[in-house]
Amino acid sequence: MSPPTGTAPPAAGTPGVSPPAPVPAGPDAAELRRRARRSRRYRRDLRWSPYAFVAPFLLFFLAFGLFPLLYTGWASLHRVELTDPTHMEWVGLRNYTRLWDDEFFWNALRNTLTIGIISTVPQLAMALGLAHLLNYRLRASTFWRVAVLTPYATSIAAATLVFALLFGRDYGMINWVLGQLGVDAVDWQNGHWSAQLAVSTIVIWRWTGYNALIYLAAMQAVPRDLYESAALDGASRWQQFRHVTIPSLRPTILFTAVVSTIGATQLFGEPLLFSGSAGATGGSDHQYQTLGLYLYEQGWINLHLGRASAIAWAMFLILLLIAAVNWLIARRLRKSQ
Amino acid sequence: MTASRAGRHLHGGRLTYAVLAVFTALSLFPLVWTAIAASRDNTRLAETPPPLWFGSNLFRNLEIAWTDANMGEALVNTAVVASVTAAGTVLLATLAGFALAKLRFRLRGAVLALTLGTMMVPPQLGVVPMYMAVAELGWTDRLQAVILPSLVSAFGVFFMRQYLIQALPGELIEAARMDGASSVRIIWHIVFPVARPAMAVLGMLTFVQAWNDFFWPIIALTQNGNPTVQVALTGLGRGYIPDQSVIMAGALLGTLPLLLVFTLFGKQIVGGIMQGAIKG
Repeated sequence: MSPPTGTAPPAAGTPGVSPPAPVPAGPDAAELRRRARRSRRYRRDLRWSPYAFVAPFLLFFLAFGLFPLLYTGWASLHRVELTDPTHMEWVGLRNYTRLWDDEFFWNALRNTLTIGIISTVPQLAMALGLAHLLNYRLRASTFWRVAVLTPYATSIAAATLVFALLFGRDYGMINWVLGQLGVDAVDWQNGHWSAQLAVSTIVIWRWTGYNALIYLAAMQAVPRDLYESAALDGASRWQQFRHVTIPSLRPTILFTAVVSTIGATQLFGEPLLFSGSAGATGGSDHQYQTLGLYLYEQGWINLHLGRASAIAWAMFLILLLIAAVNWLIARRLRKSQ
Repeated sequence: MTASRAGRHLHGGRLTYAVLAVFTALSLFPLVWTAIAASRDNTRLAETPPPLWFGSNLFRNLEIAWTDANMGEALVNTAVVASVTAAGTVLLATLAGFALAKLRFRLRGAVLALTLGTMMVPPQLGVVPMYMAVAELGWTDRLQAVILPSLVSAFGVFFMRQYLIQALPGELIEAARMDGASSVRIIWHIVFPVARPAMAVLGMLTFVQAWNDFFWPIIALTQNGNPTVQVALTGLGRGYIPDQSVIMAGALLGTLPLLLVFTLFGKQIVGGIMQGAIKG
């Protein structure tokens, strides 16, 4: 786009065209001045309006996005208590060294990792299969898509409270169904793996449909002739899925994997509410306390904001690590193509 | 979609429908069961087999949740938060997205890089200073403490930018400029009308997200102060009121408005997610 830099004073109707020669009186001085002013205003508008349009977002972004992130790093080097958040005492890296020696931090990190894996992997695999089904020509296709997306509209709090009840040990629906099948009751809240599995189930329930729609969109963008030539070569449906769909979806799969991984590092509401009484400890034995939950416990239950900041920055570093690994994988994929 | 003989446009067979039906049932069952449990009473929920059909206590439980657990006020608060957040986010994102899509200015590359780079940084990482700021400003328990930080949506800016790049022809803006239209007029008379479909989608997505937001509200708002639905539900879940059927009534109250939105606009929301996915 090349803006007409000031050459066109916007006189009504005929911009930029010099007036025909026999002008009776010509524009008088006042009119000329007005045009010049308008032209100056116009140039100023062109020059500064982009900044004016970006500024509101940018201001909010700096105030509520970038600044808090950096300031968290600063606060993590201090002793700050929730009871008096303005009083900061420099302690250097002590919050970090204490985290390093803190078995609950490692426990939370491990839990975040395992819950992340057992929620993300089945979720994405199921979403892929579901998207494949939704990609067939279907009666009432809109209905199916909206139906599988509905859990996305349910809040973490509502979903977790319902699932906590469904996963109840003595009267829960899930143990009842298992009992009908001859399986002994599982103590979903207090077990180690069973509790992590139950928390993961809530995540899987809420996000599988959403990811399926993202895969579906990517599937619909795959060029048709790829399938046609595969079909001509005698590829079965399964082979088409395996050798055409999956490779075409690789970038999307990577994208959803990264987004889900980031979601998993933030996991908070589900473990907080899964067992009514345990709250921020993440189960009677911290067996499903995640990093997000540990951050909350340190900051808002134990009142150590400095230590909470250190946990936040540790999470940030972990995310950077994930991003780096992701970048390496993406580069490897691009090279191999 | 036009007819095609290619493999992927085969009609779904019976098995396809069966699997989809099972999946749909699993997706919807917890919601239906929330309503079932909300219509029972606590003792019936502590029996085997668990209830599979509705009882007669629904309105009593809804009323208790409404009054005792602050759900009425929480619903109003949440509606305000979600609407203002959605409207504000859409406005900021459209303006910035337009500038990044169609205007040239020196900081464009830097702003774009900054936006994209932080799209994946979770807001959780900044809660400590945000809380300190909120406490300092005396905004604890005030709704603006929840609304203002959530107006920042890097995803929204990116979404609007991608939409406007292809939906808004550069010639249209040039022609308007030639006619001497100011930037404000261009925004109002050209950009907003062209962007309307994407604005609607972004608005709905933001509304759903703001309605369900959990981590920051639970820090900035207290249960007895000015809770959103999610914060009020936390109080229910922690057993201030140990009655499970009332908890389920609260969960139902908090979910129903969004289910209504989904019934009305489900198709558009699905389209929006798929659209955002392709371009994201």
